[in-house]
Parts: sequence; structure tokens; C-alpha cells
Amino acid sequence: MIAMLLEFLKTPFGILVLTLLKALVLLVPLLIAVAYLTYAERKVMGAMQLRKGPNVVGPFGLFQPFADAIKMMFKETVIPSGASPLLFLMAPMLTFALAMLAWAVIPVNDGWAIADINVGVLYLFAISSLGVYGIIIAGWASNSKYAFLGALRSAAQMVSYEVSMGFIMVTVLICAGSLNLTAIVNAQKTVWYCIPLFPMFIMFFISTLAETNRSPFDIPEGESEIVAGFFVEYSSMSFALFFLGEYANMILMSSMTTILFLGGWLAPFGIEPFTWIPGPIWFILKVCFVLFFFIWTRATFPRYRYDQLMRLGWKVFLPGSLFYLVLVAGVMLAMGWLPHAA
Amino acid sequence: MIAAIAFYVFAFILLICAAKVVTSRNPVHSVLFLILAFFNASALFILAGAEFLAMILVIVYVGAVAVLFLFVVMMLDINFAALREGYQRYLPVGLAVGLVLLIELGAVLLGWQMAPEAMNLRFAPIAAGTQNTVQLGRLIYTDYILIFQASGLILLVAMIGAIVLTLRDRGISRRQNIGVQLARNAGNTLVMMDVRTGAGIGELRIIRPQAAEPAAGAHDAHHGAHPGAAHDGGHH
Repeated sequence: MIAMLLEFLKTPFGILVLTLLKALVLLVPLLIAVAYLTYAERKVMGAMQLRKGPNVVGPFGLFQPFADAIKMMFKETVIPSGASPLLFLMAPMLTFALAMLAWAVIPVNDGWAIADINVGVLYLFAISSLGVYGIIIAGWASNSKYAFLGALRSAAQMVSYEVSMGFIMVTVLICAGSLNLTAIVNAQKTVWYCIPLFPMFIMFFISTLAETNRSPFDIPEGESEIVAGFFVEYSSMSFALFFLGEYANMILMSSMTTILFLGGWLAPFGIEPFTWIPGPIWFILKVCFVLFFFIWTRATFPRYRYDQLMRLGWKVFLPGSLFYLVLVAGVMLAMGWLPHAA
Repeated sequence: MIAAIAFYVFAFILLICAAKVVTSRNPVHSVLFLILAFFNASALFILAGAEFLAMILVIVYVGAVAVLFLFVVMMLDINFAALREGYQRYLPVGLAVGLVLLIELGAVLLGWQMAPEAMNLRFAPIAAGTQNTVQLGRLIYTDYILIFQASGLILLVAMIGAIVLTLRDRGISRRQNIGVQLARNAGNTLVMMDVRTGAGIGELRIIRPQAAEPAAGAHDAHHGAHPGAAHDGGHH
């Protein structure tokens, strides 16, 4: 029986089934994590603002995310009469699907990535740069001026911050000498990149805030100016998919920060008491640490103005990351540390 | 087998999308089909073993260029009726140009001879054991560095030209001067005053005049014009 099963898993169809199972094993915990991230955000922000946060549904309010989800499901999906229905419904699905798709290459432990491809970093970058389409299409298909304004803002914002994010990733790639995420983590065994590349780490974190449209860069939603921005016309599950997509993107960006700068699944310093804890636990702990900063930022800073946002992206981060890239490359070349020096 | 099926599926979708880009009535739908076409082209790259090019295609064309296309097309107020006005008048000319191009293409392709080595190298011309990222890097940045730099310079010139042509600073925009803002502190910004009860604040002359708002630099000079003010601030 077991021998037959193993034989089956080697056929093309078997590989497909196996991959689907792996994806399920990764995505189900991810969705639960997304649900509890919304809970964690409300609890942490509540604590920061001397409130209790959700505390009614279940013990300590632990069932609140499920109550929210059930409420969303039973609401009516309203499609505005002037909207383009197909694109209107496609946009939230796209946002959500892209947030899930990127997880194919994330290595939670050594060799645990579903697709351990050579161009993992580029794949992540490509998928995260596609996230803007969900927002633009939503804004356009809604046929509403607030939604459209939000979409235009987010298009400009996400394209601007991708440029400096790209340079920051290139710096990490120069240090690691590979585009493979597993190889990048393994290259950090001596020192996590957040120490030698500390300014880049900070810039990358701020860029991920802008990339996920999180506060203080949440001008695409900007409640006080354009109501809710690109998803003002959405209700029910179509709204929930945007919401889930946003939080899944936050987790994705945090794991990207973890992999590029915080040593992925590696234990701190690689010494005894820390190495007793298995890699995936470290990975999750680090992701939670970065996520806490996401929430902390939201509770602390006021929203940026549009021109300030553009100034920060183009006049501070772009020259800064470009300068540091040249600096790092120069130091690596001078010291003979380049991994691929022929 | 599977690779062949995948190739035909992606190629088929690619061709349909390319046709829809041209024939869609709505320009936004055209751009969206263009994006789908890019995607399928990138899938074909992956099938050919060029994963780096596939990812770059998605990042550059889908992630940046097509976003700007979409941005522009959505902002344009396109009049569909006006677009189709000269359709019948220009059709013969368009067909003639298309036909000439087609014949020329055919002539070139029919007379084209491929070296047998080149035919074998069509897919994945990679030395064994190296990633194609490394290969491309060596090729572009080592073997063809001068050509690469020259094309970069040409792009830079084009970019600067576009900016020079479109940027018109009429001197009426109000800019934020971050340096001045950060250099401000309570001592040269806040003015503490004792106001006599019932006298109002008119005679203290601390209210900014209603005339046009001065620029950031002039603003500070304005405060400097009250020599006593900053000094007073220290006492209260």
C-alpha cells in the first residue's frame, strides 16, 4: 500500500497532488494567522491606547475574527450600477490570490519551500509589484471618484517605493551571491544582514509599510479625505477579500524582511540554548516581531501627506539605497568578499 | 509531453490576448489584455529555461510599465466615436501598409538561414552548472559592458530630454523646505505674550498680515522682524 503510494507520488499527477497538499498545509495556517493578525492588531493597538480591544466573543475575545468573518459572509454584495461587474468582482480576488501566490517560494525552514526556485527573490518582487493591479482595477471598476482617487494614489505610491525596494534587495543579493531564498538565509549563518546593512534594513521596513499601504502610508484609503479610497464601494465578501489580502500581504512582507535581513529560520548567534528551538518556530517568532512593528507604527504615527510620501520615496530612499548599494559593492570588491568573483 | 501542452496553452492564450489588445473597444480592457499577454510571454520564457528573463519581464513590464499605461489610459477622456470617425477613410491606406510589411517580413523569413549550432542553442543556451542569472550577468556586465553603458546613457539622455520638455516651473508653486522646517524650534517659532485683559491682541502686532502668504524663507524673516518677540519668549 505504502509502496504504491510512493510510486504514485513520482508520477506527474502524483507530483501535482503532492504540491497541492503542501500548498494546503502552508495556506491553512496562513489564513488562520491572517485572522489572528486582525485580532492581534486590535488587541495591541487597544493596549497602546489604554483600551481593552475585542474581549466579548469567546475567552479574551479570541473568537472575534471568526465572528467578523461570519458577519461578512452573510452580508449582501452590492455592485454599483455604474460599475464594470466582472472587473469589480475580479479585483478583490486578484488581491487575495496574489497575496497567497507569493508564499510558494517562502522557505519556512531549510528546504521547506514549496518551490525552491533559483530566482526566488525576483519572484517575490514580481508578485508584490502586481499587488497594485487589484487596487487600480478596483478603483477604476467602481466608477466612483473616491475609489478612483485612491487607486491613482496607490499606483503612484507602490511604483515609487518598489524602486528603492529593488535596490535594497540588490544589496542583499550582492552579499549573498544568489537569488535563491534558501541560499540567502544560509548565507547569513555568520551574521544576519540586519547588522552590516542596518540602514537598508530600516529603509526596507519603511518601504514595506508603503508597499502594503499601511499607516502612515495609507493614503490610498485615507478615511478622512477619500472615505475608504479604492474599496469604498465594496461590501460583504468582496470587501473581506481585500481585508484578508492586505493582512496576508503584511505577513508576506514581514517574512520577506525576515528572510532578507533577520536570518530566516536561523537561531540567533547559532549557539546552544537557541538552537534547541526548531527553525520554523524562530521564523514565526521573527515574523511576529516584524508584524508588531507594523502595528506599533500604525498606533504611533499620523498619515503622511501625498507630497511628503513622494519626497521620502524619490528624494530620500532612492538616493540613500543607491549610495549604500555602491558602498556595499565597493567594500565587498575591495575586501575580496564577493561570492562570485571570477 | 506536459511541457508541450503547457507551451500550446500559453501560446494560444498569448495570441488571443494580443488580438484582444487591438480589437477591444475599451482602452482599459486593452491594457488589461496586454498585461495578460505579458504574463503568458513570461510563462513561455520559463518553459524555455530563461527564468531570469521571465521574472524581469513581469517586474519591469507588468509591474511598472503597464501600471503607467493603465494610469494614463484611465486618466484620458477618450471619445470612442471620434476615434472611429476616419476608420473607413483610412482603411485602404492601413491595409496597404500592412500588406507591404507582411510581404517584407515574409521575404526576410524565407531567405533566412540558421546555422545548425544556432538551431540547437535556441532554447536555454546555458553552460551546464551555472544559473542563467550568472550567465546573463557575465555576458552583459563583462563581455558587453561598453555597449550596455552606452545604451544606459542614451536612455538617460532621453529621460532628461522628456523632463526638460515637460517641466514648466512658473514659480507659483509652494514648496516645502524640509531643511528650514527641521531647523525651526520653539525659540524662533513660538511667541509668548502677556495680553492685558480686555485690550485684545491687535496692538501687540503678532497676527500675521492678511496679505499673500510669504514663502518659507520670507516667513522666517517675518518673525525676525520682531526683535523683541523671540527674546520675550525666553522670559515667560
